[in-house]
Amino acid sequence: MNEPNQEYLKLVRKTMPKTKHFSTLLRAFLVGGTICSIGQGINDIYTLVFKDMPKEDITAITLLTIIFITAVLTGFGVYDKIGAFGGAGSIIPITGFANAVVSPAMERKQEGIILGLCDNMFSVAGPVIVFGISSSVLVGIIALIFKSWFI
Amino acid sequence: MKNQTIFFKNNILVMDTATIVGPKEHEGPLGVYFDKDIEDDLLGQKTFEYAEIMLHTTVIKYLLNKTKLKQDDIDMCFCGDLMDGIIACNYAMRNFSIPFMGLFNACATFGEAVILGSVMLDSGHADRIICSTSSHFSTAERQFRNPLELGTQRTPLSQTTVTGAGATLLNKKFGKIAVECATIGRVIDYGVKDANDMGAAMAPAARETLLSHLEATGRSPSYYDLILTGDLGKAGSNLLRILMKEKGVILGDNYNDCGAMMFIGDQEKIGQGGSGPACVNVTFNGYVYKKMMSGELTKVLLIPTGALLSKISNLQGETIPSIAHAISFVRKAEFQ
Repeated sequence: MNEPNQEYLKLVRKTMPKTKHFSTLLRAFLVGGTICSIGQGINDIYTLVFKDMPKEDITAITLLTIIFITAVLTGFGVYDKIGAFGGAGSIIPITGFANAVVSPAMERKQEGIILGLCDNMFSVAGPVIVFGISSSVLVGIIALIFKSWFI
Repeated sequence: MKNQTIFFKNNILVMDTATIVGPKEHEGPLGVYFDKDIEDDLLGQKTFEYAEIMLHTTVIKYLLNKTKLKQDDIDMCFCGDLMDGIIACNYAMRNFSIPFMGLFNACATFGEAVILGSVMLDSGHADRIICSTSSHFSTAERQFRNPLELGTQRTPLSQTTVTGAGATLLNKKFGKIAVECATIGRVIDYGVKDANDMGAAMAPAARETLLSHLEATGRSPSYYDLILTGDLGKAGSNLLRILMKEKGVILGDNYNDCGAMMFIGDQEKIGQGGSGPACVNVTFNGYVYKKMMSGELTKVLLIPTGALLSKISNLQGETIPSIAHAISFVRKAEFQ
């Protein structure tokens, strides 16, 4: 086995350029904030237009609208540029998740519908779904235990 | 063979070269030196993979047209690329009836091809050999990194795979530029794990090969008009300068890096510079070849470097082994 050359790795850490955290954090804040503001704006418009609709339904259609917009922007090759600028600011909102599903699906379409597109649709977003579902189950069990104990 | 270095007994000459590059490379500082450029990096094909195959096919056809040779005149092709199963050159060679050997040394494949081609010529088994490599930004990106449309941020260390293909025709009779000697690299692994930081992974391999070459030939770096490493990038080539200084060898202004020379633009978009088997290939076959033909450069040491990783080895937590070969090109005055 090859032993890592610690001295060299130290030199690499010292000399190689590092991410400029201040500017990337600022841009993530701006992009993430803008996306969320747009989402809130859409939510407000729906509240005005559909006056009788319950609040949960308004939230649901707002999310659907944002996901749709992201999918279209990904298709036209715009969202990856937003992502390159905003970093985590564009990944954390639900738009990032939509982009993570649409982009591999688009790319793998060449390898066929079933084994290409469908097989790879969740190749990037898969871990999010796995952890999302399993953590929701875990939290559900904890809630059940605590409820039966204390109430 | 002493110090990993082969000295060729015969005159191994570069008869001609051909290069095709993508739009971004054409806009770069070396743009004027390339033979052809493409406007659409999909080349009107359905997939990027097929576009790269087309690129590889076209560059070999173009070289044959340029030299007015037929396929039967070529004894052998040494080709390689970056895709899984080196499909760009394997599929490109369907279109030719030339004996073929497929090679893989990642971004150092061009060096491997030229060394093997020169050895084959030197031994007298062949008269004309084509060495070619290709790479494509979009095929490499989807194979090694993320889907193209995924909105992710590049790390400042990442490099941009060069879209392009280049081919060199080697023979023993015609040409002004000779392959004088070559140093075959060993696989070096200093334990760098970050797949984005290929410059740091490859710099030690470049140092080992360069030191062996200098020792074998008894030369100093100032002997060469130009020492050109493959694709260490801006930060990686700076690291090589530091590494060489540790061993008491100072690399002066005659040292440069193909990756660092390839693109123009800010670091956000291109990272540390170009990479890929086409990077060192088109730089040599375009820029260096034309500079040597015009007499501006007479002695050039080309050191293609390659990071020998795959996506799987990287996910399994393996470090990145690297290789570098060195080839010395000399302009022959008597052939002018």
